[in-house]
Amino acid sequence: MKQIDARGLDHRQINQLLRESITAGESQIFLHHVNGQRYIGDALGGKAQIWIEGTPGQDLAVFLDGPTIRVNGNAQDAVANTMNAGKVIISGRAGDALGYGMRGGKVYVGGDAGYRIGIHMKAYRHLVPVIVIGGRVGSFLGEYMAGGVLIVLGIDPKSGAGPLAGDYVGAGMHGGTIYVRGPLDRNRLAPDILALPPCEEDHCILRSELFEFCGDLGLDRDKIWEEPFTKLVPISHRPYGGYYTY
Amino acid sequence: MRVALAPEFQVEIDHRRCVRCKRCLQNCGFSVYTFADGVVPDHSRCVGCQRCVTYCPQGAIRIERRTIPFRSNAYWTPHHITNIGRQSQSPGMLLTGMGNDLPYPIIWDHLLFDACQVTNPSIDPLREPMELRTYLGRKPDRVAILKAREGGFLLEHMLPPQIRLQTPFIFSAMSYGSISLNAQKALAMAAKELGILFNCGEGGLHRDLYPYGDHLIVQVASGRFGVHPRYLNAGVGLEIKIGQGAKPGIGGHLPGEKVSLEVSETRMIPVGTDALSPAPHHDIYSIEDLRLLVYALKEATDYKPVSVKIAAVHNVAAISSGIVRAGADILHLDGFRGGTGAAPSIVRDHVGIPLELALAVVDDRLRQEGIRNQVSLVAGGGIRSSADAAKAIALGADAVALGTAALIAMGCTVCQRCHTGNCSWGIATQRPELTRRLDPEAGAERLINLIRSWTLEIKELLGALGINALESLRGNRERLRGLGLDHQTLEILGVKPAGR
Repeated sequence: MKQIDARGLDHRQINQLLRESITAGESQIFLHHVNGQRYIGDALGGKAQIWIEGTPGQDLAVFLDGPTIRVNGNAQDAVANTMNAGKVIISGRAGDALGYGMRGGKVYVGGDAGYRIGIHMKAYRHLVPVIVIGGRVGSFLGEYMAGGVLIVLGIDPKSGAGPLAGDYVGAGMHGGTIYVRGPLDRNRLAPDILALPPCEEDHCILRSELFEFCGDLGLDRDKIWEEPFTKLVPISHRPYGGYYTY
Repeated sequence: MRVALAPEFQVEIDHRRCVRCKRCLQNCGFSVYTFADGVVPDHSRCVGCQRCVTYCPQGAIRIERRTIPFRSNAYWTPHHITNIGRQSQSPGMLLTGMGNDLPYPIIWDHLLFDACQVTNPSIDPLREPMELRTYLGRKPDRVAILKAREGGFLLEHMLPPQIRLQTPFIFSAMSYGSISLNAQKALAMAAKELGILFNCGEGGLHRDLYPYGDHLIVQVASGRFGVHPRYLNAGVGLEIKIGQGAKPGIGGHLPGEKVSLEVSETRMIPVGTDALSPAPHHDIYSIEDLRLLVYALKEATDYKPVSVKIAAVHNVAAISSGIVRAGADILHLDGFRGGTGAAPSIVRDHVGIPLELALAVVDDRLRQEGIRNQVSLVAGGGIRSSADAAKAIALGADAVALGTAALIAMGCTVCQRCHTGNCSWGIATQRPELTRRLDPEAGAERLINLIRSWTLEIKELLGALGINALESLRGNRERLRGLGLDHQTLEILGVKPAGR
């Protein structure tokens, strides 16, 4: 077990210490007093568990490639940017563009998240990224989404009043699946998105992800199923197929 | 309803010479030929790429440009009439490949070099060494030297990381998907042999190309295809692609047909899905956001140099200043003649500004702000000869990027049909029967020949200028003169008119 006091350290020093600890075989690393340092866990490999106390800065877990990062608190923008593997668990809220270009691993957020969540996330073979947001999200959820699973629950009691997701849900989406819980305002969906009731296979995915999500965040599993889910998928995998002539 | 959409080319077969070997049938990627008791061409499919002409053993094929005899009209040209015809037949944007082909003024052709006569000696590069070696990367504000205790000298401060080029050329980013793997291999092998760089573009990196990492720039663009820590660390530097000269302000779109099994493995997306690179990076809305990505990449790669590539647009000088301040080590300017694997022709032909002007204003602006040393300027977008390259360097570039010229070296005839994926020369295609035509080693040899030729020519030019290091030509606009350029263009270029 490794304890790191992040007070007075910049991101290079923090990441250097993380890399050294992981190379030294540490499996549990605690980062204390984190206060806005960016890029924590940038391109970090290995299988360590990293606990963060405080508020990490932007690009937390950017290019992350294996470890599990738990944030006891809130995170800022661009969490899990182009993340490859591993897991990020945030007990509080997260900012915009979470999971941009993400292609593997999982991100669980207990509270609300900002705009453009899961933008351009994509799946390939066994690499299927998953994002679960416990609260609500801003506009452009799943924009350009090409693969993976995005789940928005809207069950965080600290979440204020308002719609589950902002406008233009799934704009430019051409792959993957979004699941939203509870009533859905269809006017907020991008025009080329289909809203369907989940089938048995979807329920399998939801059950397994939400089991893990609730376990990680200490939430009541049964409450989630009080409201039905809606499945959102793109109409076409070739959204620009009809844009060109030769 | 029928409209006048006559074929662009006429394929003439000399049947007295033709021995019916059907080599033309095999060679044409566009299925122009069929065989029915003799070779029968379908003129409407011909793109004029000259593959069949080159490979016909009998010299029995002649391809001629067909002009439609509309009534002569300087305004409603056949170009506009046929485009309207095509678009009213099937709706959609007209797609095209390669660079802007419209007759806009070409400033390169109005710039002339100085030479030494009598009062200052010229240099013979045959006998005297010429220094063309170029280092890309941030240079320190000042260099201080200390005397080392054990004798000799030391730099007082560490130099920021530099990428060494043996000659001031690099190959522009061309992704696997837009060009074939064999074409990328040829570029990689040539870059290795020449001591320069190639750039894998935004399409991930095929496993066969990892061994060429010492001569590789990996690209990160808005689609983030195939980007993972191993990829980021595969090369000697990284490039954030913001824009491309052929299509400033718009994204990329590799159609699902070109996403074959191998391409899908490299891009890490399923076979047959569209690979979309959105127009903007949706996490970059400001210089501060760009800085975030620049440093995320540096942090991921132990601070390798990061290049930022932008298209030459109206406000390019201010944007460039921001990019330098965002921490870029290399600024790649791509002019409006730059090529593409596919772009709507409306954008390719009507957006952006010439590289010559962009280069001059960016170099000026960075000098005025005292930050020119913080970045290396790479200029690309339609460099056709070593003269263009040398002029670009005199206007302020540190190195020159070649895309179209490199493809031409590998056999491309600029037929502008890259977007169809049928390239008969095996370059801009993923069809296995076509890609295997390009032997990477033969392609590399031709690329090496081209760069060596241009290197020799630049040395000769330097000799005539009485300069023995390329560094002395960089931004040295005093050695250029403009011929037939208006006052304002000369002022922007910072070049005097010929005769002054």
